[in-house]
Amino acid sequence: MSQPPLLITASPHLSAGDTTPRIMWHVVGSLLPILAAATYFFGPSALLVVGAAVAGAVVTEWAFGLRGTLGDGSAVITGLLLGLTLPAGLPVWMAFVGGAFGIAIGKLIFGGLGQNVFNPALLGRAFLQASFPVAMTTWPVPGPGEWRALRGDNFALPFASPLPLDTVTGATPLGQMKFEHQATSVVDLVLGTTSGSLGETSGLLILLCGAYLALRNYLNWRVPAAIFATVAALSGGLHWLDPSRYPGAPFMLFSGGLMLGAVYMATDLVTSPVTNPGSWIFGAGVGLLVVVIRLWGGLAEGVMYSILIMNALVPYLNRLTEPRPFGAEPGRIRR
Amino acid sequence: MLHRFKFKHGVHPPELKELTAAVPIRRLPFPEEIVLPLRQHAGAPARAVVRAGDRVERGDKIGEADGLMSTPVHASAAGTVQDIGLWPHPDGSYAPAVRIAVDRYSPQAPRPRLVPEWTRLEPKALVAAIREAGVVGLGGAAFPTHVKLSPPKDVTIDTVLINGCECEPYLTTDHRTMVEYPERVHLGVRIMMRCLGVHRAVIGIERNKPDAIEAIRATLPADLDVTMQALEVKYPQGAEKMLIKAVLDREVPPGKLPMHVGVIVQNVASAATIAEVFETGLPLIERIVTVTGRGVRRPGNLIVPVGTRVGDLIDACGGLTPDAREIIFGGPMMGTAQASLDIPLLKSTTGVVVLSAAETRPQESYPCIRCGRCLDACPVFLNPQLLGQLALKDRYADMAAARLADCMLCGCCGYACPSNIPLPQLFQLAKVAVRKHPVPA
Repeated sequence: MSQPPLLITASPHLSAGDTTPRIMWHVVGSLLPILAAATYFFGPSALLVVGAAVAGAVVTEWAFGLRGTLGDGSAVITGLLLGLTLPAGLPVWMAFVGGAFGIAIGKLIFGGLGQNVFNPALLGRAFLQASFPVAMTTWPVPGPGEWRALRGDNFALPFASPLPLDTVTGATPLGQMKFEHQATSVVDLVLGTTSGSLGETSGLLILLCGAYLALRNYLNWRVPAAIFATVAALSGGLHWLDPSRYPGAPFMLFSGGLMLGAVYMATDLVTSPVTNPGSWIFGAGVGLLVVVIRLWGGLAEGVMYSILIMNALVPYLNRLTEPRPFGAEPGRIRR
Repeated sequence: MLHRFKFKHGVHPPELKELTAAVPIRRLPFPEEIVLPLRQHAGAPARAVVRAGDRVERGDKIGEADGLMSTPVHASAAGTVQDIGLWPHPDGSYAPAVRIAVDRYSPQAPRPRLVPEWTRLEPKALVAAIREAGVVGLGGAAFPTHVKLSPPKDVTIDTVLINGCECEPYLTTDHRTMVEYPERVHLGVRIMMRCLGVHRAVIGIERNKPDAIEAIRATLPADLDVTMQALEVKYPQGAEKMLIKAVLDREVPPGKLPMHVGVIVQNVASAATIAEVFETGLPLIERIVTVTGRGVRRPGNLIVPVGTRVGDLIDACGGLTPDAREIIFGGPMMGTAQASLDIPLLKSTTGVVVLSAAETRPQESYPCIRCGRCLDACPVFLNPQLLGQLALKDRYADMAAARLADCMLCGCCGYACPSNIPLPQLFQLAKVAVRKHPVPA
């Protein structure tokens, strides 16, 4: 028999079928309904801001990343997630710079996909927050006005002051709570008809998209579960002690960036623990920090910094929660 | 806590056994040439005791055991020794092998018994006879059976555990053995219990083989404490440590052997072979092999003389399909890809899996995204993510500290990895590196 060209590869010769690009593009796909909701609430501005952030991330990955890494989809995720944390009225050049910063400084400088310590999207947002504090805290109100109207001077030139547009802006529910002691109805929060960043509006939708990813094992459900449980327990307890000073658990869970952060940012595979016990601790830490920053810190919102701080602890958490070696405890051997 | 006959972690690869699970065992016609590598197992290879031109009958010893961790090799067909030289070995190297031109028209006739009757032998003589018959573990690792059957004085064995899991996808040799030769399995178990002076044996079988479970259950001996335990279908259920955990709820500590928790594990095929050598009087010269996969035309289970070249075996199964691309000895999770159709089958070759081009694994890999799936897959609770990152940086000493030695190369991590990182391959290389340059304690 003549011999065909034989392939020689190492075992295992089967694979579970999932690939990293597939996981990444599924995450991208699951973010599209959230982007659609943002567009519904904030009009074309949402698409402009998110598109600019994605463009910044993708162009930077293409320019400075290793060849072929665009196809793994991770840069698109970074851009999408960053865009969804921005206010609708933000000038697009700022969103672009944020995406570029997130990829360049948040990811590539560490060695590219898989090597970064901090969530690149959140690092991009932190950069924007520090650089453009006013633009980053001007929150258009969703809904009113002509649908096609922009919600701010999206086309402001770099380093020029944005033109004042005829757009209704308002404080976010967390800002109202913190600085004006006004509560927002939880129904509005769940549906997303409040002001805030593009993706921090409809908590219900984010939960559904996250559930889809969790069912496919594309995110570790333990992280959001731990965050929700910690935030609910802490804020619920404080609310019970002094309802006039501390908002209740549903408000804390559905306001601000908590949903998007817990479901999509904290669960970033690269920057969260690899062990399951580590994931529980990581989530609990994020939840604790969110409550502390929101209730006692100088900022109205604390999700971004909470996750970034816990990102830094991930290597330590991984080591702390190394699995018990099989057969390591002789006491477990029963005869 | 209630013991539920399970082990933790592991993976669920597709079973792919339907190609051959119902195909009765048939006998391969004698090929024209047999190539018997003198290294049939880990440990010392045998020493050739024949020379070119010698005539050998079926069952004649051609290689003598060399040391304690060694077993003899026997001619699997009557014929003439062509030469003794280097020949491609299934492990990828070239190794000394005895090449025999098989008598074309020989009846390969039965001959006087070479192995004594077992009933008259004391345990020690029984173990010696098993060794003389060249018996090794047939589950894949080919550990010399006589070594397992002679535990040191300071350990007490209370249970013989018979491995009928066959958790590797595709393979059905153990399955067919249990269905067609259940009495042989039980006789082998009986002989091993006599060797060890042990009064209890359990046969563990995965639930995906109901006909094997039924056949084994129906023939359980009345006079011995032998039971059958049906087990969850999960890879690697047939790994010794996992099987012991699932059946007996004992954990073999790192660096220890099953005997340290009072257990000897043997494969069902090994048990059947022990029975067979005492029944026929011939040493271990043939075994049952599953030839399967989309790349072979007529998959089946065959009795094959040890040393048959894989090309001859595939020819007898209808030949390769046009899209056949990769030939694997053993199962797809731990098996070794073969470079040539001239490579001979060993005593330990459980199956020949021929993958079509579409079934082969893509070779592109991506950076580790620390998803943690390998940790959830690893049945011995290692951190393959960390080990893999260390391996890519050649940090072998750090890998040893991260318990590389516990890794049994089962392949679960590589199977689960979405980035297609060849983790088991990296670990195997690292094990070799650590062995060559031991880490100072």
